[in-house]
Amino acid sequence: MTELIIASIMTMMTAATPLVFAATGELVAEKSGVLNLGVEGMMLIGAVFGFAAVTLTGEPLLGLAVGILTGLFASMIFAVLTLSLLSNQVATGLALTIFGTGLSALVGLDYVGKTIEQIRAIYIPVLTDLPIVGRLLFGHDPLVYAGILILGLTHWFLKHTRWGMILRAVGDSDQSAHAIGYPVIAIRYAAVAFGGAMAGLGGAYLSLVYTPLWAEHMTAGRGWIALALVVFASWRPTRVLLGAVLFGGITILQLNAQAAGLGIPASFMSMLPYIATIVVLVLISRDATRIRLNAPACLGRPFRAER
Amino acid sequence: MKKLMKLTAIALASALALTAGTASADKLKVGFIYLGPPGDHGWTYAHDQGRLMLEKELGDQVQTTYVENVPEGPDSERAIAKLAETGHELIFTTSFGYMEPTLKVAKRFPNVKFEHATGYKDSDNVSTYVARFYEGRYVQGVIAGKVSKTNTIGYIASFPIPEVVRGINAFLLGAHSVNPDIKVKVVWVYTWFDPPKEADAAKVLMDQGADIITQHTDSTAALQAAAERGLYAFGQASDMIHFGPKTQLTANVNNWGPYYIARAKAVLDGTWSTANTWDGMAEGMVVMAPFTNMPADVAALATKTAESIRSGNLHPFTGPIRNQAGEVVVPAGAVADDGMLAGMNFYVEGVDDKLPE
Repeated sequence: MTELIIASIMTMMTAATPLVFAATGELVAEKSGVLNLGVEGMMLIGAVFGFAAVTLTGEPLLGLAVGILTGLFASMIFAVLTLSLLSNQVATGLALTIFGTGLSALVGLDYVGKTIEQIRAIYIPVLTDLPIVGRLLFGHDPLVYAGILILGLTHWFLKHTRWGMILRAVGDSDQSAHAIGYPVIAIRYAAVAFGGAMAGLGGAYLSLVYTPLWAEHMTAGRGWIALALVVFASWRPTRVLLGAVLFGGITILQLNAQAAGLGIPASFMSMLPYIATIVVLVLISRDATRIRLNAPACLGRPFRAER
Repeated sequence: MKKLMKLTAIALASALALTAGTASADKLKVGFIYLGPPGDHGWTYAHDQGRLMLEKELGDQVQTTYVENVPEGPDSERAIAKLAETGHELIFTTSFGYMEPTLKVAKRFPNVKFEHATGYKDSDNVSTYVARFYEGRYVQGVIAGKVSKTNTIGYIASFPIPEVVRGINAFLLGAHSVNPDIKVKVVWVYTWFDPPKEADAAKVLMDQGADIITQHTDSTAALQAAAERGLYAFGQASDMIHFGPKTQLTANVNNWGPYYIARAKAVLDGTWSTANTWDGMAEGMVVMAPFTNMPADVAALATKTAESIRSGNLHPFTGPIRNQAGEVVVPAGAVADDGMLAGMNFYVEGVDDKLPE
C-alpha cells in the first residue's frame, strides 16, 4: 500500500511538472497585464523543436534549451502583435495556438516514430535508498526539481524584488506605472518572453522526459489546463504547485481508480479540475477585495501611452 | 476549438497527400485513409507497410495515395469522398470508426471498390477485412503467465468495442492456461493514439504492481514507459523492439501487405467482389515478432502455442468458458463461433474489471 502511494505521488509529480512550467510562465505574463492564450501552441512548438534538436544532436540539455528558445520566439510574435501593434490579446493568443499546432505538425513530420534517450530520474546513493522519503525527495527526474525551483524564484521575484513589484505595478495600473517613468511595454515584452520560454520548456518536458517521442498535438490540452491553473491559483505562485499536482494528479487518480477496479466513470474524474476552477472563479468574484489584491487589474487591456 | 484544429489538420493533410500524386490514366489508383500518422509505429504504420508492399509488388500497375490523421466519424466522409472523386478505384479505410462514412460514400460512388478494416457492415462495393489479432494475444497471455513475477498484468485498452474486449479475453485465457493466478488489470484510455496518456496509463498500472504491460493503443509510449522501469511489455501492431530492446517480449505484427496485393490484383483483373475476410496466423495476416527477453523454455512454449493455433489444433476460445457472472457461454469441447467473437461484449471470468457500457 505504501509502495502504491509513493509510486502514485511520483507519477503525479511528473504529470504536474509540465503544468508547473507553463502556468508559472503564464502567471508572470498575466501579472504584467498580458493575457496570452497561446500557451498550448507555444508548448507544441517547444516540444517539437526540442525533440528535433535531441534527435539531431543527441544532447538532452541542448533539446531543453531549444525548447525554451523556440517557445520564447513564438511568444515574441505574439508580443509584437499585441504590445507594439496593439492587436486584441484574446484573438492573437488563439491564433498563436492554432499556428503552433499547425507549425509543430509540419515540422514534426520527419520526427514521428523516432525515439531518443530519455532524461532519467536522478539517483543519489544512500539518499534515494532511504525508506519512503528517499524516492519522494531524491528520486524524481531533474526537471521536477527545476520546476519547483523556478516556481520558488518566481514567487520571490514577484514578492520581494524591486523589479517584481514594478512588474506587478505595470499589470495593475499601466498608466500610473508609465507616469512614474517605468517602461511599460519593455517590461511586458520581458514578461511575455518569460511566459513563452516556460511554455516551451513545458512542451520540451513532454517530448523529452515524459514520453521520449514526438506525436502530433501531444500536449493534448495541457496548455489550456495551465491557463485554467493560473486562475485557479488566483495568480499566486505558491498555489500553482498545489493546483498543478491536483490537475495533473486527477488524471493519474482517474487511471488508478480504473486499474483498481473502483468503477468510477473516467469522464467524471477528468471533469473535476475544471469544476474546481469554476468554483474558484465564483468564490473569488464574490469577494471584490480579493480580486483587487490578486488579479492584475489591467489584464488583457492594450496599453497606449498617454502623454 | 480542438475540432477546428483537427479540421485544419485534415484540410492540410488532404491537400498535401492529394497534391503529392500525379494522375495517370492507365494505373489503378489505390487510396488509403489512415487514423494516425504512418510513423506511429503501430496501427497506421502497419497499414502503410502494407501499402508499400503493394507498390513494390505491383510496381507500375498501381499508384497509391494516403490521407493521414483522419478523425473517425462524420468528418472522415469528406476525406473518403475526396479520394473517390479524384479517380481512386480501390479505397481502403483503415479504422473501425470509418464504417458508416465508408458505406455512405460507397453509395455515391457505385463504381469504386471500398475495403473497410475491422467493420462488420458490407454492401455491393464495400468489403470488410480484419485480422484475428486475438490469436496473437492468446500467445502473449501464455508468455505473460510464465514471465510475470507479480502475477499482475497491465492492459491498456482503447474503446469498449468487441475487437478490444475480444483481445482482453483472449489474453486472459492464454495467461490462465498456464497460470491461473494471473490478474489482468484493465485501464480504458478512450483514445487510439495519445502518447502521454498511454504512458500515464502504463505508469499507473506499474504503480499498482503490474510487471508486464500490454496495450490496444497505437503508440510506442507504453512500451517506452515499461522500458524506463526495466519491466516488460508487448509491442502492438508492429515490431517495436527498437523502442525497447530489453523490454519487448514479442509483438502482434499486423501483416496487411498480402491482402492489399490480392485485392488490388482482383480489381485489375476484374474479379473483385464483396468479401468478409477474417484471417489469422494461418493465413499470415497476424505474425508474431521474435520471442525475446524471456527464458528459452518460455520461448519454446510460445512457439509451440503459436504453431498449434496456426495449424488449427488450438482455438483460443475453447470451452468451457464462463462469463464474469459464472455462466457457461462456451460449453466444454466447443469453440466460440465467429458470430460470438465478432460481437463479443462480455468479459470472461477472471478479468479484474467491470466492462464500461
